[in-house]
Amino acid sequence: MMLATVPLHHPDPAWRGRVTAMAIAVILLWPMLVASEFKPWILLDAQSLKATWHFLGSFVPPAHSREFLLMILAAAWQTIAIATAGLALALLGAIPLTLLATASLSVSLMESGHMRLASIFVRQAARWLLVLLRSVPELVWALLFVRIVGLGPTAGVLAIALTYSGMLGKVYAEILESSEAHATESLLKNGSGRLSALLYGALPEAAAELVSYTTFRWECAIRGSVMMGFVGAGGIGQRMDESMKMLAGDEVSAMLIIFVLLVACADLVSAFLRKRLG
Amino acid sequence: MSFVLRGISVRHAAAGHKHSDRALKDIDLSIAQGEQVALVGPSGAGKTTLLHTLACAHCAESGEFSIFGLAAWSMKHAERHALRARLFLAPQTPPLPPRQRVVTTVLAGRLPQWSFWQAISSLIRPRDADAAYDALARFNLQDKLYARVDRLSGGERQRCGMARLLVSRAEAFLVDEPLSALDPALSLQVLATLQQEAGLRNATLVCSLHQVDLALSHFPRIVGLRDGHIVFDAARKNVTAEMITALYRNAEHAEPDDLVAAQPHTHIDPQF
Amino acid sequence: MNRQRPPPTIELATVMLLAGLLALVCASFFSLTIKWGELFTADALRSSLEFLKGFAPPELAWSFLTKIAQGTLETLSMSALGTGIAFVSGIALALPASGRFGVAARPCTRLMLNILRSIPELVWAVILLIAVGLGPFAGTLALAVHTTGVLGRLFADALENLPAAPETTLRINGATPMTAFVYAALPQVLPQLMSYTLYRWENNIRAAAILGVVGAGGLGQMLKYHLSLFQMQQAASIIIAMLLMIAVVDGVSFWLRRKLTGN
Repeated sequence: MMLATVPLHHPDPAWRGRVTAMAIAVILLWPMLVASEFKPWILLDAQSLKATWHFLGSFVPPAHSREFLLMILAAAWQTIAIATAGLALALLGAIPLTLLATASLSVSLMESGHMRLASIFVRQAARWLLVLLRSVPELVWALLFVRIVGLGPTAGVLAIALTYSGMLGKVYAEILESSEAHATESLLKNGSGRLSALLYGALPEAAAELVSYTTFRWECAIRGSVMMGFVGAGGIGQRMDESMKMLAGDEVSAMLIIFVLLVACADLVSAFLRKRLG
Repeated sequence: MSFVLRGISVRHAAAGHKHSDRALKDIDLSIAQGEQVALVGPSGAGKTTLLHTLACAHCAESGEFSIFGLAAWSMKHAERHALRARLFLAPQTPPLPPRQRVVTTVLAGRLPQWSFWQAISSLIRPRDADAAYDALARFNLQDKLYARVDRLSGGERQRCGMARLLVSRAEAFLVDEPLSALDPALSLQVLATLQQEAGLRNATLVCSLHQVDLALSHFPRIVGLRDGHIVFDAARKNVTAEMITALYRNAEHAEPDDLVAAQPHTHIDPQF
Repeated sequence: MNRQRPPPTIELATVMLLAGLLALVCASFFSLTIKWGELFTADALRSSLEFLKGFAPPELAWSFLTKIAQGTLETLSMSALGTGIAFVSGIALALPASGRFGVAARPCTRLMLNILRSIPELVWAVILLIAVGLGPFAGTLALAVHTTGVLGRLFADALENLPAAPETTLRINGATPMTAFVYAALPQVLPQLMSYTLYRWENNIRAAAILGVVGAGGLGQMLKYHLSLFQMQQAASIIIAMLLMIAVVDGVSFWLRRKLTGN
């Protein structure tokens, strides 16, 4: 590792730290490579190359029979519908939780005593609920709901609703708290309720940011609803899972193309919404 | 001959520039190897553009141009790029990455001589820290060897750029306003060091200066530039006070729009 | 005509847009035929409660905990390696995507990055399972491929917004484009690139935790297995382990990012 044999007259003070950091990195990297079974040569193994080649070869031409395309379009719509319905329910859950969790919208903070303690307790409980909702990955929610309500889009809608109400609630609370607290505070002090304080104080300022974040999440929800199809929650993901199990490459490639287009469209629509409503 | 220019014209990069559409017009100039030349003239005269032209940073619109006897712009671009390693252009405000350490910034002067892997290894452990130390020491900056560039003052950064020049292996130094951020005492030291180094290596030194008195007292040959023309090109003893006054008469004392003229390097030879 | 501006009114187009959104939401609910009945009848509630009760108490046997630890390590490794690979290949692809290898390479690379990015990790994992077989390696690659698309685009934008002068100066003085990039552009953007990467790591740990449901290793695979056997107590332990792991990674990443931007 020594790069120079002649001792330097002006040694680098950072050298020792760099060597230590590199050593630690190597020591950490090794078990990681083992644990993730990191064997890139598998990719070049003759048998797997053949399987991959065979599968990729069946990608062209993509399946394009009429009934297949109609089925895919229906599935794509279902994916969008799951995302949209899920996000709509998430908004219903997120808004009350945001109101509870936002400190600057609290009336009781200006008072003292029991009310104050109770309000702190409620606020903390709301925050922890939000943390729990968003920390459990949506796919895990979907797995659980598939067990409760059975296969189908209902599980997907519920999973998105729960996860995204946690995410939206947290970020809404942050946006509202970082937007100018002054207007809200003066409204609250003058005796207006927390809902009108929200509507006339914090909301106008934060509206653009709220809309932009919500549309961003809608995009994410579309991707999420595709993934949930793989555990049986309907939509294009479920169809893709079926085609994949039958190794029908032409159907998979057609679905990938539809899917990339779908995401690109969602991108465009949400950019448009942001411009229009922001 | 280091540089020979015949009828060189260079167009402004920024369209609609207020002076004229060309930054240099019909320049004739020959500079011998080892010669030391000062460029003087009002702001916007084209000093920076001339230095960039000499540094082979952009191609002239018309005219003949040769460096070290080689016609740079009729060479293949790899050969021309190899030629650039023999030149060193020091811009007025040295653009140094703020989070880099001084030692790395200075040793970047050696990059043309290093292979890619040598350059990478020097990032991990400086390859020639002693050379960087010695170069910095000539500008009293040796204590800053391992400091970060963003902790330096403007004057220290300027000298850091000069230290990069010292570690380079160039045969011609093209220096743009090296004294703009320095106090008088440091100015003298920097100028003396530059001239001493150029003399030791028999390198050509072309230096643009705002301080006409320093140019007259230090450089044997003075080139006066105004509106993209060479107004005079004379030995020091032949430069009179009238010539200087005429050079600067009615010149706009606007902000140094040499900086504007310095911009052409962004879309010059796209291949280098 | 410099009259006082009229009070802000909502434009017709915005109203139409909102109406369109409302229609989209209604159409979504209508077309999905959600089984509300099965959710809110007394019967459904009872069975849901029973289902939830099955989770308690979480399985805490020592042998099972060591299995969970192994799964956690596997998930962590997948996310860290996948993100690391994506960091390197993201920089490599950001070079052409920021126009450094000519005008033609830029849109081509950007299109490729967009495709990599728009296909989710899980779908990549399903495709890669065919190439490398079941197990965490497929998951690692899937994370790497998707994250390369995400980071490559962010990196390319960061590189394009950079002051060009330090790099051009080095190139005018004879440095090669690659060394000039490493010596002038990279030190300026590196902290930003690292902070993007750490953000993505937080994201990827969540993704790595679930990739297992298609057979790509880690905690997700264990979760799917135990859920399919209706072993709810084991599933509960795995979910708790996931949550703890995600919280720890978020904390570490937050700390690292603060250190990066701190000095």
